[in-house]
Amino acid sequence: MSNEKHHIVPYRTYIFVLLALIVLTFISIAITHIELADYTVAGALILASVKTFLVLTFFMHLKFDKPYMRIMVGFVLAVFLAVIIITFLDYYYR
Amino acid sequence: MQTATQIPTDVSFLEYRKYKGIFNWILSTDHKRIGLMYLYSMMTLFFVGVALGLAMKLELIAPGKTIMDAQDYNAVFTVHGVIMIFMIVIPGLPAVFGNFLLPIMIGAKDVAFPKLNLLSWYIYILGALLVIASVLFGNGTPDTGWTFYAPYSFKSGTNLLPAIFGAFVLGFSSILTGLNFIVTIHRMRAPGMTWLKMPLFPWSLYGTAWIQLLATPVVGITLLLIILERVFGIGVFDPALGGDPILYQHLFWIYSHPAVYVMILPAMGAISEIIPTFTQKHIFGYKAIIGSTLAIAFVGYFVWGHHMFTSGMSGTAQYTFSILTFLVAIPSAIKVFNWISTMYKGSISLQTPFYWAASFIFIFMIGGLSGLVLGALATDIYVHDTAFVVAHFHFIVFGGVGFSFFGAIHYWFPKIWGRMYDTKWANTGWLVFSIGFLALYSPMFYLGMQGMPRRYYDYLEEFHAANILSTLGSWVMTFGLVIIVINLVRSAKHGPKAEMNPWNGKTLEWTVPSPPPVENFEEIPVYGEKDGPYEY
Repeated sequence: MSNEKHHIVPYRTYIFVLLALIVLTFISIAITHIELADYTVAGALILASVKTFLVLTFFMHLKFDKPYMRIMVGFVLAVFLAVIIITFLDYYYR
Repeated sequence: MQTATQIPTDVSFLEYRKYKGIFNWILSTDHKRIGLMYLYSMMTLFFVGVALGLAMKLELIAPGKTIMDAQDYNAVFTVHGVIMIFMIVIPGLPAVFGNFLLPIMIGAKDVAFPKLNLLSWYIYILGALLVIASVLFGNGTPDTGWTFYAPYSFKSGTNLLPAIFGAFVLGFSSILTGLNFIVTIHRMRAPGMTWLKMPLFPWSLYGTAWIQLLATPVVGITLLLIILERVFGIGVFDPALGGDPILYQHLFWIYSHPAVYVMILPAMGAISEIIPTFTQKHIFGYKAIIGSTLAIAFVGYFVWGHHMFTSGMSGTAQYTFSILTFLVAIPSAIKVFNWISTMYKGSISLQTPFYWAASFIFIFMIGGLSGLVLGALATDIYVHDTAFVVAHFHFIVFGGVGFSFFGAIHYWFPKIWGRMYDTKWANTGWLVFSIGFLALYSPMFYLGMQGMPRRYYDYLEEFHAANILSTLGSWVMTFGLVIIVINLVRSAKHGPKAEMNPWNGKTLEWTVPSPPPVENFEEIPVYGEKDGPYEY
């Protein structure tokens, strides 16, 4: 394992990502003041997904890892999505 | 500067003493000792579960009250279920045989994170103690059933919080073990052991570990929500507060159905090891078995709704879950056909592990086929919540996992303890246990078809005869269990010394001494081009 190369991410990148996360957090609070009716949850989820993407890509180094790591994470997200869709087959068609 | 302690390669892990007395066990990060600590703790809890099961069957020997009233019966089946599911069959084979054998079978000295492995055991014990606390303290033993269904779980006045929190804690043990196994399999396979040269038991542990990792957090958060519902009345599941009790069932089964595959996949993995050894033949359809393992793990995520056909789910969801449930039968059947094909024209050696493996297939088939009755919408409505369901899942969970577990322990016994058991008593134990098992659970299929509901301490007179047979079966099965356990415990201490490879197995654990040395291999084995796990 010691012969593997480790990508060194500059602090600047981390600070930009941190700032982006903070800004997105404020946006997700601000958005609750707008009357979006049925789209309120969708808005919150989209913002949360963007934040998740940033954390996985930069803080958890997916951008710098081997592609199979991204495939594994993508697979997990696909399973999660499938579980949500199947659950809503119950709620939407009741 | 600190220097690493030299670990002797000629001393078995059982003889190696790093600390004094019991500290050799409870501070050991050796995967083999941790596996045995799981085994001993699980066996202790298993006997409690068996005693509760016997009490239930004794209550049902005659209509009306026999030895306990309705409330006690509710408590007994709840604690029986919580112990057996969360503490025995879910961690069962991965925690005991996975821990003991995975590193050896892939040619590693230990798992990837040995300290995390020990922590998993401590978390397991903490979870078990919390559940036991719910029985011993507070105002009444939990009475909701092991599923903690809403609204029972926040309406019941019994001592549910420690039991629910205990199940939550046990989940962490499962997640950490799964994580450890995934990393171990990815990073620590012997040089040359490619994915398609890995034995099938580690493959089954790999599929299982993914389920443990991905599904267990769902039940974790669900159980926390139940605690919050109970303590603060947050209104997620309580219809009186705008919540949805069916949402609880969705969330609970999103974990708990895949958990069935956490139980059964390693059981199938162990069978896939036993059969080639006792037929002295390369396993038939190696790649098909791997594919079916991954397919079961994958499709198993999407069938949870078949537990809820009568709960008031939408018709669309019901059809979808029914179709997906039928799909999961395909990879299960692939495995069965491959095991049978492995036996075909093999040099079958009728030894105890083979008896367990062969009877596993028989019992699993009955459990699986009765599952199709429950997976079909129309017939499920007829037998839902009857004794038929109890018979079905005992054939799968106890028949599947239990028979495989006993097969595995008889197969790897000489490797683990370095001694051989008395074959005559082992075979007698298998026979008595199997007869008892069939007598105990088969009448429940009939009772369920006749309409006897599950989880009732009383029944109509017309169900009496079949219940008597079932109770007698529970006594016979327990007698068989006693024979098996006494034989194994006695042999672990006094049995004749076992050879390194008494069964002529071809996987790596049979290339190390019995019992194995602390770090398993003096030198890490190297797999050549033509090496494979089942090259007879």
